[in-house]
Amino acid sequence: MDFNDTPEEAAFRTEVRAWLAANAPAHVIPQGVALDDTEEVQRGRAWQRAVYDGGYAGITFPKALGGRGGSVIEAVVFSEEEAQYHLPKGPYIGIGLGMAIAAIAKHGTEEQRQKFIEPTLKGELTWCQLFSEPSAGSDLANLRTKAVKEGDDWIVNGQKVWSSWAHRSDWGILIVRTDPSVPKHKGLTFFVVDMKSPGIEIRPIRQISGASDFNETFLTDVRIPDSNRIGDVGGGWGVCMTVLMGERLGSGSHKAQVSPLLDYAASTPGMNGGTALDSGSIRAALAQAMAEEQGAKYLEARLRTMVSRGENPGALAGMIKMSYASRLQKTSGLAMELRGLDAIAPSIDDTLTRSIQYDYIWSTVMRIAGGADEVLKNQIAERVLGMPGEIRMDKDVPFEALK
Amino acid sequence: MNFDLSDEQKMLAEQARGLLSERSPYDHLRALIDAGAEWDESLWRELGEMGFLGVAIPESFGGLGMSALDLGVIAQELGRCNAAVPYYSSIILCADAIRLAGSDIQKAEWLPKLASGEVVGTFAYAEGPGPSFATGVKLEGAKLNGSKTPVADAGIAQLAVVLVAGGGLALVDLNQSGVTRTKLESFDQLRAHYRIDFADAAAEMMPGKNVLATLLDRAAVQAAFEATGAAEACLTMARDYALDRQIFGRSLASFQAIKHKLAELAVEVELARSNAYFGAWAADESPDDLPASASAARLTALTAFENGARENLQVHGGIGYTQEANCHFYYRRERTLALGLGGRDYWTDRLINHQPGLQGQISSGKAA
Ligand SMILES: Cc1cc2nc3c(=O)[nH]c(=O)nc-3n(C[C@H](O)[C@H](O)[C@H](O)COP(=O)(O)OP(=O)(O)OC[C@H]3O[C@@H](n4cnc5c(N)ncnc54)[C@H](O)[C@@H]3O)c2cc1C
Repeated sequence: MDFNDTPEEAAFRTEVRAWLAANAPAHVIPQGVALDDTEEVQRGRAWQRAVYDGGYAGITFPKALGGRGGSVIEAVVFSEEEAQYHLPKGPYIGIGLGMAIAAIAKHGTEEQRQKFIEPTLKGELTWCQLFSEPSAGSDLANLRTKAVKEGDDWIVNGQKVWSSWAHRSDWGILIVRTDPSVPKHKGLTFFVVDMKSPGIEIRPIRQISGASDFNETFLTDVRIPDSNRIGDVGGGWGVCMTVLMGERLGSGSHKAQVSPLLDYAASTPGMNGGTALDSGSIRAALAQAMAEEQGAKYLEARLRTMVSRGENPGALAGMIKMSYASRLQKTSGLAMELRGLDAIAPSIDDTLTRSIQYDYIWSTVMRIAGGADEVLKNQIAERVLGMPGEIRMDKDVPFEALK
Repeated sequence: MNFDLSDEQKMLAEQARGLLSERSPYDHLRALIDAGAEWDESLWRELGEMGFLGVAIPESFGGLGMSALDLGVIAQELGRCNAAVPYYSSIILCADAIRLAGSDIQKAEWLPKLASGEVVGTFAYAEGPGPSFATGVKLEGAKLNGSKTPVADAGIAQLAVVLVAGGGLALVDLNQSGVTRTKLESFDQLRAHYRIDFADAAAEMMPGKNVLATLLDRAAVQAAFEATGAAEACLTMARDYALDRQIFGRSLASFQAIKHKLAELAVEVELARSNAYFGAWAADESPDDLPASASAARLTALTAFENGARENLQVHGGIGYTQEANCHFYYRRERTLALGLGGRDYWTDRLINHQPGLQGQISSGKAA
C-alpha cells in the first residue's frame, strides 16, 4: 500500500500544477458571483477548450478519439488539482464528458465516435440528460416517452423532466420506449438528439434555490435519424447502466467540506465567551463529520485503485455519494445553527454564510439525483451484502399491461 | 498511489482468520466464560508460535519487523472473533510503549519475550472515574506508589508499563511483593480487569520522553482495525440471521427497514476500514499525518462498531438477548474498546486541534 504518488504520478502532478497555474486563473469564477446562464456556458466551453488544447481533455480516452490515452489515476490527479480552482464546469460539460461520450465510446458505432467524442472534448458540444419523467425517476424503466420507426427515422413523443441545462445544450442523451409489448426494461432504446430539432420545447422549472437550471422538456413528433441510435433497438437499458455508473463514480469526488467549518466555528462567538468551537457538542459533531469525510476520501482511493486495475467497484461507488450527501446536509445545517440567528440573514458581505446556506439547499439534490439514498441503500444491501431483491410486481409483465 | 492490501497481507489475513475461526468459535468463548477463565492461554501460545505476536516488533528484538498495516490486518481478525487473548494489552500497548520509549537494554530484555508470547504485558494508565490520564502514581527514586484501576489483563500479565506523574512511562514487574492485584468484575466477560496497588514497588523509568500521545495514536489505529473487524462481524451476523429468519411469509432480510439499516452499517464499516488503512500507512510512512488520521480512524471505527453491536442485537430480536446467541460478546466488547484510550472526547479534540492552519485560533484547545 502506498498513498504517495509514484514517481510518474508525481511528475504528472507537477506538470499539471504548472499548467493549471499558467492557464486556470483566467477562467476562474469569483466566489459568490452568479453568472447569467449564457455567459456561464460560454465560459465553460472556453475552459474545456483550454483543457483540450493543453492535452488534458478525456485523459482516459484513446488518442485516436482525441483523448490523452492516459490512466485512471492521471485523470484523478488532474481533477484533484483542477478542484483547487473555482472553474466553470457545470452539467453542460460534465454530462457530455462523464455520460454522453462514455456511452458513445462503449456502445456507439465508429462513425458516432468520430462525430461526437472529439468535439465534446473540445467544448464545442454541450449536453443534457433526458432520462427522468414525471413517473420515471428512481423507477427509470417506467418511462413512457415513445419512439416509432418511420423509414430511416424515429418519431418521438413524450415528456421528460428535471433536465438540467437542457436550455443551453446542443445535444441530449435520451432514453425512450420502442416496444411496449415486452417487460419494461426490455423495450427501451437509447438515442442522442439534437436539441435544436423541431418539436422540442423546453420549459424552465423554478427550483427551491431560486434558480431555474433544470427544465421540463416536451417532445412532439421529434424526428431522430436511426444513425443517432446508440446500441441496439431494445438495448437501451444496458447503455443507461454505463451512463449511471459514470454518474455515481463522478459524483463521489468532492473537496473537503468540513474543515473550513472549523474556521467558521472558530470565528463565531460562543455561548460563554470564547468561540462556537469551544462547545463540546459542536466539536464532537464537526469531528465526527470530518472523520467520516476522511474515511470517504480514503474509500474513494481504494475504489480508484480497483478501477485502475480494471475492476468494477459496482454498488460500493454509491457509498461515497450517499455519505457525502447526508454529511453535507448535516454539517451545513449545523454550521447555520452555530452561527446563530445571523445565519438566516447574514450581512451583505458575508459570502461564506451565503455559500453555507447554498450548501444546505443543494445537499437535498445530492440525496436525490444520481440515485436517491433509498435506492442506493437497496443496491448496497442487495449487491454488496447479498440480501433479497425488492418485491417486483412488474417484472415479467409486458409494459403495456402495467397500470 | 496504490491503496489496497498487498497479496501478502491478504494471505496473512486469511491465515489469521482461518486459525481463529477454528480455535476461537463462539461456543469456545462461552466455555471459557463458564469455566471462569481469564484468557485462552493455548490460543495465545499458538499465536506466539506462528509469529503473529511479533509482527511489528523489530527483527533485532525477536519480531518479524513488519508494518503497522500488517499488524492491523491481524488486529482486524482478532476483533472479528472476539478472541480471549491479551493482544491489545500486551502487543498493541505494552510492546509498542517499550519500542517507543524503552532503552536498548529494556527492549532487548522484554521485546523478544513479548513477541513470543512467553511474557504477557499490559499498560496501566487509568486511575478510576474521569479522564483516563490522571497521574496520581508517583515514581521516586526507583520506588513506585499509588494505584491504577482498571487495568486490562493484569491478572495474567507479568509486566506493566505504567503512566506516572509527569507523563513518563515506567516498567514494573508485577510479580513482586510491592504490587497488589485485585480482580474486578469486568463488563466484558472475555477481558479481565484489575485494580493494581503499588507500595514502594520496584520500577524502572523508560528514557523516552513525550511518547504518550504517539503511543495512543498508534494504538488507536490498531484498535480501529479491531473495531472494524468486530463491526463487520456484527454486520455479517445480522445479515445471516435476517436471511435465515422467516417472518410474515418472507425472509426478514427482504424488508427494507432491515436492508437499509445494514446498508448504512456497511458504509460505516468501509469508511472505518479506509481510515484505518490510511492511519496504519501514516504510522509508518508519514508521522505528521498520524494524529489526525489516527483520530479519524478511531472515531469512525467506534461509530461503526457501536451501531454494529447495537443493531445486530436488534435484528436478532428476543434471541439476541440470550447467552445462546452471540450478539452479547460484541455488545460488551464494544463498550470496552470505546472507553479505552481516552474515549471520544480525547479523539475529538485531537482531530480538531490537528487541522492545518487552525492551531491558535481556538481559545480552549484542551488535549495534547
Ligand atoms: C437538481 C436536479 C437535477 C436533475 N437533473 C437531471 C437531469 O439532468 N436529467 C435527468 O434525467 N434527471 C435529472 N434529475 C432527476 C433525478 O434523477 C430524479 O429526481 C431521481 O432519480 C429521483 O426520482 P424522482 O424525483 O422521480 O423521485 P422518486 O423516484 O419518486 O422518489 C421519491 C422518494 O421515494 C424513494 N424511493 C424510490 N424508490 C424507492 C424504493 N424502491 N424503495 C424505497 N424508497 C424509494 C426515493 O428514494 C425518494 O426518497 C435531477 C434531479 C434534481 C433534483
